[in-house]
Amino acid sequence: MSQFAINLIFVGGSFALYIAIAIWARAGSTKEFYVAGGGVHPVMNGMATAADWMSAASFISMAGLIAAGGYANSTYLMGWTGGYVLLAMLLAPYLRKFGKFTVPEFIGDRFYSKNARFVAVACLIIASVTYVIGQMTGAGVAFSRFLEVESNTGLIIAGVIVFLYAVMGGMKGITYTQVAQYVVLIIAYTIPAVFISLQLTGNFLPPLGLFSDHIESGVPLLQKLDMVVRDLGFVDYTADVDNKLNMVLFTLSLMIGTAGLPHVIIRFFTVPKVSDARWSAGWALVFIALLYLTAPAVASMARLNLLTTIYPAGPTADAIEYAERPDWIKNWEQTGLIKFEDKNNDGRIQLYNDSAAFKATADERGWNGNELTVNNDILVLANPEIANLPGWVVGLIAAGGLAAALSTAAGLLLAISSAISHDLIKGSINPNISEKGELLAARISMAVAILVATWLGMNPPGFAAQVVALAFGIAAASIFPALMMGIFSKRVNNKGAIAGMLAGLLSTVIYIFLFLGWFFIPGTAMLANTPDNWLFGISPLSFGAVGAMINFIVAFAVSSATEAPPARIQELVESVRYPKGAGSATGH
Amino acid sequence: MTEHDRNAAAYWSANLRLIIGSLIVWALVSYGFGILLRPMLSGITVGGTDIGFWFAQQGSILTFIVLIFFYAWRMNKLDEEFGLSEE
Repeated sequence: MSQFAINLIFVGGSFALYIAIAIWARAGSTKEFYVAGGGVHPVMNGMATAADWMSAASFISMAGLIAAGGYANSTYLMGWTGGYVLLAMLLAPYLRKFGKFTVPEFIGDRFYSKNARFVAVACLIIASVTYVIGQMTGAGVAFSRFLEVESNTGLIIAGVIVFLYAVMGGMKGITYTQVAQYVVLIIAYTIPAVFISLQLTGNFLPPLGLFSDHIESGVPLLQKLDMVVRDLGFVDYTADVDNKLNMVLFTLSLMIGTAGLPHVIIRFFTVPKVSDARWSAGWALVFIALLYLTAPAVASMARLNLLTTIYPAGPTADAIEYAERPDWIKNWEQTGLIKFEDKNNDGRIQLYNDSAAFKATADERGWNGNELTVNNDILVLANPEIANLPGWVVGLIAAGGLAAALSTAAGLLLAISSAISHDLIKGSINPNISEKGELLAARISMAVAILVATWLGMNPPGFAAQVVALAFGIAAASIFPALMMGIFSKRVNNKGAIAGMLAGLLSTVIYIFLFLGWFFIPGTAMLANTPDNWLFGISPLSFGAVGAMINFIVAFAVSSATEAPPARIQELVESVRYPKGAGSATGH
Repeated sequence: MTEHDRNAAAYWSANLRLIIGSLIVWALVSYGFGILLRPMLSGITVGGTDIGFWFAQQGSILTFIVLIFFYAWRMNKLDEEFGLSEE
């Protein structure tokens, strides 16, 4: 059977499963559409949250980033998991007790202001739309590589599938498909990792393999990797980082950004009780950790495998001849994600760090520049091929990558459509809308959101990597502080909250635009994006944490200069703090 | 202040103490051992590298899981002790 047929079976099979779930889990009421009826078991919600949260970035890109950056990129591992501690202790149980359908609804009620609710809706939509573009393009790449269709055709297929279960089933359909998608993606991620860990270290558990001995050389895997990369002029894989302030702030931005992403928060509205919301955050992190503990092992092992492929006799001997390159390099060359240029015309592939410090060694060996560029994103997708695993593992990876992209896209689209139908239409434009009317409005806004996301996926604004930074920056600087102050302070009032959100949002967005271009339009950046220009060495990607601090400071300052919130609001804050008397989520 | 209010206030400050304690551990394993204190701990080796690297890529995540379950377990007990649980 051809690889194409195998991929088709795996991807087609997983899609058939999602559609079957969609038909079974149709939503009949707004409560089912927004919060899946409010009766989701905490373990099941944990699994759905894991799929909701782990996107194409976690599944496809993260291991590649760690492989390239080594220790320095541990920030993604800590940042994207540590946010769940904040979520479990600072937000989820209280917002569940509050018991409404959306995140802006809490901000609007707690800060007794429609304007606050609008600011929250705007932040939610900007963060979620930018984030969903990345998912759709990720799905497009996976389709074009594995199913050999045009990237645009792939995007349309992805849009139709999401449409089927998200529009019909709302949160209910999304919850059960996310559970299925989690199972598909975690199997797809771990099986190749287990094989590779066995090959390299003899340990079948990748997280243990990472800290075991490399079989061939007998030295610990990480030391072996350090030696190989050093011989090729790269920085040691485990090398420490100089700019620790930036590393801390970047990790912190990812953590509070994670805790402030609305599509993650609303998942906790679906469980029956406050105590379930606490347990559910723990289960979510367990399911996420299964991938996040595997990813650093995949990263180091794939980097070592790649370099051993290029230098079969060791990094100090000759590189492989281009004519004898393995099939997986040929396959990925067609996608343009691997590029080779024979700069010294010796017919061999020299892959090394083309730095000034290494120039003397490179000259001595007759090298004339690095000849192979490998896109970080292919690492996980090409992993089974690099390790010579059977064809069905490749098919599994294709289905897993698509599951990761589609599950996150659906969660984001639900957050967007509920903000439009519940916060804008029901909350402001037409408060007397009937239950049926609101459900229809929710379905229509979902359909429109899918069309927009698919269109944006086809015409990506060319800043896929930066938009994720923007999404996290906005969630960290605007939504998270507003929610936290709403629960932990009775003194922060409407004026303080709005001023704080706007200050956090604007400072973060402006700092990002200064270095990455206004609205990411190429050529409009006012400062070169280099560490010398950064304020105190803080990169634009790390600024969300600073924006959050600005938000807190401004909100407290403005609140203390103006009147205290009315008594009924202080009672509302009291009531979210104590679990007693929580009903299931309602829209009223 | 009524008996009920005093009870509620005691519950909330117990919750805050628990959160602060948990977040100190949260920050220590990630920002502390994983980043800032890594050079100081470089003498302690784990599986071919230093313990700071282990905390950054594995230890912090494992600690986070323990923290959340510990918090959920303690809070559910507090809910009952103070008579504030849902049922």
